[in-house]
Amino acid sequence: MDTAIEVNDLVVQRGKRIVLPGFTCVIPRGSITGLLGPSGSGKTTLMRAVVGVQVVKSGTVTVLGEPAGSPPLRHKIGYLTQAPSVYDDLTARENARYFGSLYGLGKAAADEALRAVGLEEAADQLVANMSGGQRSRASLACALVGKPEVLVLDEPTVGQDPVLRDELWARFRDLAAAGTTVVVSSHVMDEANRCDRLLLIRDGRLIADDTPATVKASAGTDDLDEAFLRLIRAQEEKAVA
Amino acid sequence: MTPRTLATTVRRIIGQLRHDRRTIAMILVVPTVLIALLYFMFDGQERTFDRVALIMLGVFPFVIMFLITSIAMLRERTTGTLERLFTTPVGKLDLLFGYGIAFGIVAALQALVAAGVAYFLFDLQTAGDPWLVILIAVANAVLGVALGLLCSAFARTEFQAVQFMPVVAVPQLLLCGLFVARDQMAGWLQAISDVLPLSYSVEALTEVGANVEATGTMWRDLVIVVGAVILALALGAATLRRRTP
Repeated sequence: MDTAIEVNDLVVQRGKRIVLPGFTCVIPRGSITGLLGPSGSGKTTLMRAVVGVQVVKSGTVTVLGEPAGSPPLRHKIGYLTQAPSVYDDLTARENARYFGSLYGLGKAAADEALRAVGLEEAADQLVANMSGGQRSRASLACALVGKPEVLVLDEPTVGQDPVLRDELWARFRDLAAAGTTVVVSSHVMDEANRCDRLLLIRDGRLIADDTPATVKASAGTDDLDEAFLRLIRAQEEKAVA
Repeated sequence: MTPRTLATTVRRIIGQLRHDRRTIAMILVVPTVLIALLYFMFDGQERTFDRVALIMLGVFPFVIMFLITSIAMLRERTTGTLERLFTTPVGKLDLLFGYGIAFGIVAALQALVAAGVAYFLFDLQTAGDPWLVILIAVANAVLGVALGLLCSAFARTEFQAVQFMPVVAVPQLLLCGLFVARDQMAGWLQAISDVLPLSYSVEALTEVGANVEATGTMWRDLVIVVGAVILALALGAATLRRRTP
């Protein structure tokens, strides 16, 4: 297995809280890895550490063989924050063009990214006047525009209409098939089934790291929600015992 | 920093303003209206109008650009665009100089309109060249931008950001020599005034008002203002962190 991201004994403290108490995981290249877990479990913190904007206390994060956040990686990473981070007072097209220009890309790349998120018709609207779903797609376009090798997406499909959500997942699948490493966080379990691998996280700890099928099989249920619950219970029992 | 990312950052910042027509209108019209107000206030006291309006031409861009920049930068921080930018190849200097150049250009337009109205409509008289007045006004605007970038680091909310105006701008305004001549202030006030950059830009403007040719004092003052800009930008760069807690 070719490794894209390697997290080793990562400790992150935000404020007084230790969000990640020593997290270790490996994410394979050219695949879709789902980060699942309840709100506050440390998904966003882990993603921030991978893209190199999180102050870490100890441990290492290696992305494509380089330390996370190092300058060569900045050309190879696309990051979608949970709240759409685009300029409200620009149109979607202007946003995509600006972020594309930072990678030395022109108008064509921006238009392609807007098409990829199904925003070509609304591309010339100010982001401020867009619906929540459109706004987060504008933000997604800005993460895709640089054609990154590693795409880190924090809840990319929240608030999207089901048809669009399906199209976006097909897009992620195409990207992964073309060699892009896609890391997607979600708390919607039906999306988890679409991932190649799942990392189940709770309280900053890794509960499961496997394919969706194996996770379900090892928990003895066909329902991922239920599987997650059983894995947590099993771990708690182990902790008590 | 690369010329390309700097240029696109400047274009992006100006683009944001361009979609906000009301802000542009206010940037261009408000100083002019205030100059008109001064003109009617000092009706029949041309010398006072000349002195005060000249200084105001330098003070408006400073105050306005300070406010606009601190809010703009605060928005970058709070909406997550700054966090995203720091995952891209963009450099800190691209951002700092991007804001400096973009708002510097806007300030130059503002100074042109305000000075044009002051000179042609209200017959402002200065011994020196009006272009020097505009040059100093633009330097002041960039000073406002640089201080705004720096102060935005210390504000969590927009409410806090606007309150840096009375903290940073008003003392400089009070002590710059407009209300009380600097050499008539108590020693300790003068000492404070001596370290505030606006004191030097006001002195530079006064020099242009009184002398036909640009004086050495004026150039020295301008260099001090530019030095203050560089210092504030360097401190601002130190507050921009790619990694945040």
